Amino acid sequence: MTDQKPLLSVRDIKVYFNLDEGTVKSVDGVSFDAYEGQVLGIVGESGCGKSVTMKSILRIVEPPGKIMEGQVLLSKRDHPDEYLDLTSMNEKGKEIRAVRGGEIALIPQEPMAAFSPVHTIGNQIIEAIMLHCDVNKKEAREICIQSLKSVGMSMPEKRVDSYSWQLSGGLRQRAIIAMAIAGNPRLLIADEPTTAIDVTTQAQILKLLKDLQRERGMSILFITHDLGVIAQMAQYVVVMYLGRVMEKGPVDSIFHDPKHPYTQALLRSIPSAQKTTKIKLPTISGSIPHPFNKPKGCPFHPRCAYAIKGKCNVNLPSEYIVGDQQYVSCFRYEKSEVNIR
Amino acid sequence: MTENKGSSYKENPITLIPDKEVSEEFSSTASEEKVSVASNWKLVWWRYRKNRLAVVSLFLLFFVLTIIIFPDFYANQYSEKTNAREAYIPIQKIHFLRDGKVDMWAEKLVGKRNMKTLAMEWVSDPAQPVDIKFFGKGFQWKFLFWKTERHLIVPVDTSERIFILGSDRMGRDQWSRLMYATKTSLTVGMVSVLISVLLGVLLGGISGYFGGTADMIIQRLIEILNSVPYVPIWMAMTAALPRDWSSEQRFFAITVILSLLGWTTLGREVRGKFLSIREEDYVLAAELIGCSKFRIITSHMVPTFLSHIIATGTLMIPQMIVNETSLSFLGLGLRPPAISYGVMLQEAQNVKTMAQAPWLMIPGLVVVITVLMFNLAGDGLRDAADPYSK
Amino acid sequence: MASYIAKRLLVIPLLLLVFSIVIFFLIQAPPGDFMTTYSAILAGSGSSMDNEQLNLMRVDYGLDKPMHIQYFRWMGKLLHGDMGLSLLYMLPNTKLIGDRIGLTVLLAFFSFILSWLIAIPAGIFSATHKNSIGDYFFTVINYIGVAIPNFFLALLLMWICYDLWGLNLVGLFSPKYEMAPWSWAKIGDLLSHIWLPSLILALGGSARLTRIMRANLLDELGKPYMITGRAKGMSEWALVMKYPVRLAINPLVSTIGNYIPQLFSGSLVVATVMNLQNIGPLLLQALSMQDMYLSGSILLVYCLLAIVGTILSDMLLVWVDPRIRME
Repeated sequence: MTDQKPLLSVRDIKVYFNLDEGTVKSVDGVSFDAYEGQVLGIVGESGCGKSVTMKSILRIVEPPGKIMEGQVLLSKRDHPDEYLDLTSMNEKGKEIRAVRGGEIALIPQEPMAAFSPVHTIGNQIIEAIMLHCDVNKKEAREICIQSLKSVGMSMPEKRVDSYSWQLSGGLRQRAIIAMAIAGNPRLLIADEPTTAIDVTTQAQILKLLKDLQRERGMSILFITHDLGVIAQMAQYVVVMYLGRVMEKGPVDSIFHDPKHPYTQALLRSIPSAQKTTKIKLPTISGSIPHPFNKPKGCPFHPRCAYAIKGKCNVNLPSEYIVGDQQYVSCFRYEKSEVNIR
Repeated sequence: MTENKGSSYKENPITLIPDKEVSEEFSSTASEEKVSVASNWKLVWWRYRKNRLAVVSLFLLFFVLTIIIFPDFYANQYSEKTNAREAYIPIQKIHFLRDGKVDMWAEKLVGKRNMKTLAMEWVSDPAQPVDIKFFGKGFQWKFLFWKTERHLIVPVDTSERIFILGSDRMGRDQWSRLMYATKTSLTVGMVSVLISVLLGVLLGGISGYFGGTADMIIQRLIEILNSVPYVPIWMAMTAALPRDWSSEQRFFAITVILSLLGWTTLGREVRGKFLSIREEDYVLAAELIGCSKFRIITSHMVPTFLSHIIATGTLMIPQMIVNETSLSFLGLGLRPPAISYGVMLQEAQNVKTMAQAPWLMIPGLVVVITVLMFNLAGDGLRDAADPYSK
Repeated sequence: MASYIAKRLLVIPLLLLVFSIVIFFLIQAPPGDFMTTYSAILAGSGSSMDNEQLNLMRVDYGLDKPMHIQYFRWMGKLLHGDMGLSLLYMLPNTKLIGDRIGLTVLLAFFSFILSWLIAIPAGIFSATHKNSIGDYFFTVINYIGVAIPNFFLALLLMWICYDLWGLNLVGLFSPKYEMAPWSWAKIGDLLSHIWLPSLILALGGSARLTRIMRANLLDELGKPYMITGRAKGMSEWALVMKYPVRLAINPLVSTIGNYIPQLFSGSLVVATVMNLQNIGPLLLQALSMQDMYLSGSILLVYCLLAIVGTILSDMLLVWVDPRIRME
């Protein structure tokens, strides 16, 4: 995997929101690579900048949000060695619109609200197909029905003409996935795709995504706050906190050998089915600071048990290599090699 | 520290080690404390204050309120003082400086009869100043038991007349009449809204809280009333008023007539609020501890949307003012000797008169400004009262 | 859907029955009757009628009968399409109203179309260019549009046109066509006159509609389906026009039901000021002369027009919103 060129490379991206009350640094220097055929998980508490990172990849950050720095590179479909710089494209231009849906598709958070209630789902999926494939309306409808069938929807010929509010939560999510894969993208960004649906349906949807990914050789960028889902889905995990990457590494290393105090604390706060000791489930002390009052230095230091005064609250740690493909941003590892890219 | 492998954290359960400076920064600050104890009305005021236009409008409305209470103070002549020789006098220019000193005077208007058209033509003559002053003496007026002769602005020589906004067909002073018109029109507007609000809350409340047959009947009534054009019905109603009624009787009748059709919007909103609030847990809780229905409605339900009612009511006032003005203008609302904006505008009914004496349209301008102020204040209030609704 | 329409249509006669009773009561309420007014006018013009003659006429017109008998007589005739005789014009009311009903509906229709044509683009612009100079411009215009009473706007425009160009903007026809039979030239003449009163009438309504449209659209622009659309690769303009605009218009359609009666109210006032030949000025005249059957008929016609308008708007709402249609 090390020699392979990444499909998508996010490099030191910074997204700031300039509000009247001050600047919110939603994403403050995030880097990671996604490889072909890989499920990359991004995990973090709400408000850590996961969704904004996703939006900055697609260049759909809403004003007043602005990408201040950094690059999002996408390898070309025909020449995998060459890269498109998405950040340099015009936000409303044709180039980026060809990427959205065509190369990188999105499965949004709320399946209910993601569809317009006054247009049929068919209408909305066909629209996506016609934007990226050179087909007429009739052919697009065929593709749409095929697509609905491939996400396991029964009676796709009938369902294509129904409205989103006529479908159950699970079916709606399937329709969303059908729309996302209809443009034949290479990367699927799933933004908390299972938060809004019940647990049994959630398992079905996760299985569907995994199957689709395997069949089509797609990559998936899986954004969630649910560590269990990440463990089940992802091969590589990026842990974010307050707009920064705390730690990233292969899923096994992250779960069995976490290095960053935040990752460690996060994992400890998962209830375990095996442990029967009646001790209180540890929580991470303190709460997430208000975005305007982001602490100086390492964002986690106010809640960190290992914080070193005069260091952690002053400087930002670099990314240190702590294992195979495992990087961590913490001064506890400053004797290790710095990850230079 | 790098040698600390995965097992290490199991031995050191994370405990809270608060960094003193930071934790203080993140604990609720002084301003947050203030918010948490502020009453709803305080919150509404804080939000309202942010809307500058609304604050200015509210300030101006308070000023207008003083006109409603003391129209005689602002007027400087009896409203019905006529003089055929002083008909259609244009707006008199007022100066605040004389020979570089602060001194108020008006340019005297000299009338000359045009021998061809036989119409009077008024020319202002700056050489003949009419001295005027603030808080001078004029005709006597009474407020409750208090008699006074003071007026806002009067000519020093009480035998002179000044026409700040010109005069009408019968030589009546528009400025003074406008003060009385403001009193009448705004009173009609506000009182009819008050009645509408009472009706709306009462009927909407019955409809929403009790439901069933009462709800059905009130809902149909609202539907019927909403599908009718109001102005023709109002016209028929005012035309049905006995002709020998006094101005005061007419005034009250028209106020009531306006509110008879005006309550439906609010009635519907109140019903909706009752329906949704009825399901809230705190209402159930109040029922379970044995509150009476009356107490639940008055002290648990109504307060939650009182600010909303007030905002809606404020926004209804300008509509009522316009309605009264339109009806009176058509001759079916208030009639002379009552003075309202509409009655005054009747003087400007044909184009030729307007061309000859455009100042007769000033009451219309005043209507526009008044309505604007109420709308701005009402919008501000609505946004402040429930910031989460549109 | 069909049963819904049938249900709504069946309500019309019921509503008209209720209105006819209320209206009849209203026009009966003033003391005296047409004969009293009539003799007063005659007296004013120098001639007179003795009581016997007046009473004879009363019997002729059935004005001497008790109220409920008069109502049933009126209703009986109405059901046969006869609205009675105008005592003022000595003409059948059906003809008087029939001559003017077309212009009444036309004026309301034109202003309705105009107000939507102004409001939708203005609302879209304001919402998509929130807090821009153009947005502030429309906001100011809207506030003024709401604040200015119809009749005062008409007065102002009439004054300005007279003062600047010596134009007397009165009526719906040039003098040449006033009495002429209908022809293409007359229709052209009508169209060249009707736009101004329509615009005056439309302004207040469009100001309200623009505000609603702007607020609705701003709401819709923040909805998650916008992210879906952008992520699909739609161009911003196509996206805004297809989804949020469409959704923002739905609640606007539901306001038509209230707007149409308002339009007729407004048209009455404007028509009186500008002396347009619709049923508004006729009603004013009939009411002040106590020509009871004429005023009653006109009031009933106003109610009918408003009800039909409301029902049409309900159907439109059902048609545009699948969520309502499917229920």
